[in-house]
Amino acid sequence: MMTRSDQWKLLLTVAFVLASVLTLWSTFEFYSLSPQRRQEVLQARPSAATTEAERIRMEKDAKLRERAIKLGLDLQGGMYLLLEVDTSKLGPAEAKNAVDQARRIIENRIDQFGVAEPTIQKQGENRILIQLPGLLDQDRAKSLIGQTALLEFKLVKTEEESKALYDRVDQYFARKLRGGIPPDSTAPDSILHPFTSKLLASSHAEALVLSENVPIVDQMILQLKADSTFVSDAVFAWDAHETEVSGRTARALYVLGKEPLMKGSEVASAQMRLDLDPTRPGAPGVSFTLTSRGGALFADITGANVGRRLAIVLDGRIQSAPNIQEKIPRGQGSITGNFKEEEAQNLAIVLRSGALPAPVNIVEERTVGPSLGQDSIEKGLRAAGVGAALVVLFMIVYYRMSGMVAVVALFLNILGLLACMAGFHATLTLPGIAGIVLTIGMAVDTNVLIFERIREELRNKRTVIAAIETGYARAYRTIIDAHVTTLLSSFALMWFGTGPIRGFAITLSIGLIINLITAVGISKMIFDAWSVRRKLSSISI
Amino acid sequence: MLQILHGVNVNWMARRHIAFLVSGVCVLISIASLIMHGGPRYGVDFTGGSLIEIQVTPPVHVDEVRSAVDRAGLAGSEIQGLARPGQFLIRAEAKPGKASPSSAISNAVQAGDPGRKVEVLRVESVGPRVGNELRGAAIKAIFFALGFILIYVGIRYDWRYSVGAVAALFHDVFITLGALSITNKEITLTVVAALLTIAGYSINDTIVVFDRIRERSKTLRREPPEKVMNVAINETLSRTVITSFTVFLSVVSLFALGGEVIHDFSFAMLVGVVFGTYSSVYVASGLALEVQLWLERAGGGRAKK
Repeated sequence: MMTRSDQWKLLLTVAFVLASVLTLWSTFEFYSLSPQRRQEVLQARPSAATTEAERIRMEKDAKLRERAIKLGLDLQGGMYLLLEVDTSKLGPAEAKNAVDQARRIIENRIDQFGVAEPTIQKQGENRILIQLPGLLDQDRAKSLIGQTALLEFKLVKTEEESKALYDRVDQYFARKLRGGIPPDSTAPDSILHPFTSKLLASSHAEALVLSENVPIVDQMILQLKADSTFVSDAVFAWDAHETEVSGRTARALYVLGKEPLMKGSEVASAQMRLDLDPTRPGAPGVSFTLTSRGGALFADITGANVGRRLAIVLDGRIQSAPNIQEKIPRGQGSITGNFKEEEAQNLAIVLRSGALPAPVNIVEERTVGPSLGQDSIEKGLRAAGVGAALVVLFMIVYYRMSGMVAVVALFLNILGLLACMAGFHATLTLPGIAGIVLTIGMAVDTNVLIFERIREELRNKRTVIAAIETGYARAYRTIIDAHVTTLLSSFALMWFGTGPIRGFAITLSIGLIINLITAVGISKMIFDAWSVRRKLSSISI
Repeated sequence: MLQILHGVNVNWMARRHIAFLVSGVCVLISIASLIMHGGPRYGVDFTGGSLIEIQVTPPVHVDEVRSAVDRAGLAGSEIQGLARPGQFLIRAEAKPGKASPSSAISNAVQAGDPGRKVEVLRVESVGPRVGNELRGAAIKAIFFALGFILIYVGIRYDWRYSVGAVAALFHDVFITLGALSITNKEITLTVVAALLTIAGYSINDTIVVFDRIRERSKTLRREPPEKVMNVAINETLSRTVITSFTVFLSVVSLFALGGEVIHDFSFAMLVGVVFGTYSSVYVASGLALEVQLWLERAGGGRAKK
């Protein structure tokens, strides 16, 4: 005979188990796939499908992937980056938009890079959090994300203009070195020409600086820039690549017009090409097409400056400075230089997706290589499995039939916990596995508290049914206290903790709440059914 | 019925002073170790800096890695050869502006020999400002977690118990910190999570004992508090030991089989569980008893006047 409330309890339990199994079905399906097929599902991007059939298949795969419990970067390998957008040089209104804009641009770049399931979120005022799961080229990903990609076209100054600037710069430093007094003309070169004496003799608009002198010269250029009394319509800029001069490395220094003639925002599309430089066949470069407005502007610029050099400047460094042979009417151009193929590919992507509104810095990076991730998940799962098996064994040996009840409750607890994680699209991390292990500990404690109470009541010569009733009732208060205190501390961890601490706290909290249902509610139901039905006079506990 | 520790009748409280001495010595050792090491050893999560683990195939000598790291402009980094040949752990200081030197290091090691394969297994790189923020967040989390627990215990139980509970809590966390310091392990975000879990367990254990003391002080009203506590501890002893044993089983398996990433976490848990079990029996109840006796003496003194 079952009472009405017993029937309800049984119904709810069955519903709980069914709902859990259903929610976990996709997870089970996903992780029982063959490794190759699983990779396929992980990489499925319906937006990249070429045929209708492929799209349908990929959508199905993507849905399966979404419903399965995701593994954290620490378990499957991947990269976690926290970027800070440096808005210090922007006005307050610009700064506000800059972070969102940067996020969109980075999202665009990563999308073209082809990572399945990236996470890109704005965090706080001026930070962007990026998670890239799976195998990837770390260096390439970092340079792709971190590059500002500000493309500018600037005119290289003429010989005379450059000479005039050099003379002024030399005088400036010569005076500065001697406390404002100009040196007399018999002084050695390094005092008369503090700046140009560091340059190797070369044509003036493009001077070579030995690599060991680059930091000194760069320091001087920064000093000039910082001094507002030194006004000029020209600026210095370094070549992006080093060159070799009679066995030593050097870097070219250019004198450019201060204002860019055109910016990269006028680039409509860009591709990596291998056939751009006729003198070096097979050398990677990037060809770009300008917007119609940009094309018209480019035609005007090139038309007005035939015979002069146009520098293509990326993030302040000169990629190349070709001579303008003739007016370029159709808005097409190319960037060549000493690129590796990957660098050229990156450059094409960043030019297509546009420049970041402000520079970004990587302020936190966590990378787990895929082999370590694989290692961690195997070890983590094995540890959790062995731990659970030991506990189960102990419970059954010590409490026998009642121990079995506890084990059933424990199993349902883990089932419910995993189902919740799948349902909330939570991610399973290594600290999360630790949280599950501690949930097991707490769940066992709950049952131990109850069983020890029941044993005490039995020793006090109560009947089985009465002992179960009082045992549960008395243990209940302690259990609630224990759960509330642990839950309170894990809530604090969830609110104020970051990353790994949160993952731990979330699994522990879900596990504890479910434990109140399974270890108290469901196990009591089993006990009731067992003892009342059989009218037991003794109990295996 | 398989039973351990049933019907024990130990006069725990009579020996509480020995326990105070043992606890005192343990705490002193912890303090001494912390002083000798100049405070807890914070990991890159809190100090900022980089932790890079690489695998070089075929394996090379640690000096080779050191000179490569020097070439990468990171002289002064700490380099440690790991158990597996060719695996190295490199700890570099935080440099403002440059967050992650992982590429520089792997490129420099690679450059030593073109036939060499360098795999970056793990990078944890935290900028100095983020490190400060993480430390702030961790301190806040600890503060609030402990605060919540204390308020709850204060509401549910007498404040006399609160004192014992708090003392037991600090005792456990402190000794765990000391054990981490003695073994020269780092305090990372995950270790902080372990410390807080220890705090949670410690409170949990303490509450189970206190609950029984409260229950028994009603039924054994005429008995002296010392006796009540002994009865309560003896009655809950089997539960305390069984629970701790099962938790211990799970934590030991995490410690032995869980792999290096979770190693420090489980080590801290292991120490915490052992001392937590002991402290819930002795430190918490013992101190609660001392407070009660002190109150009675003070009360008695007034009554005599």
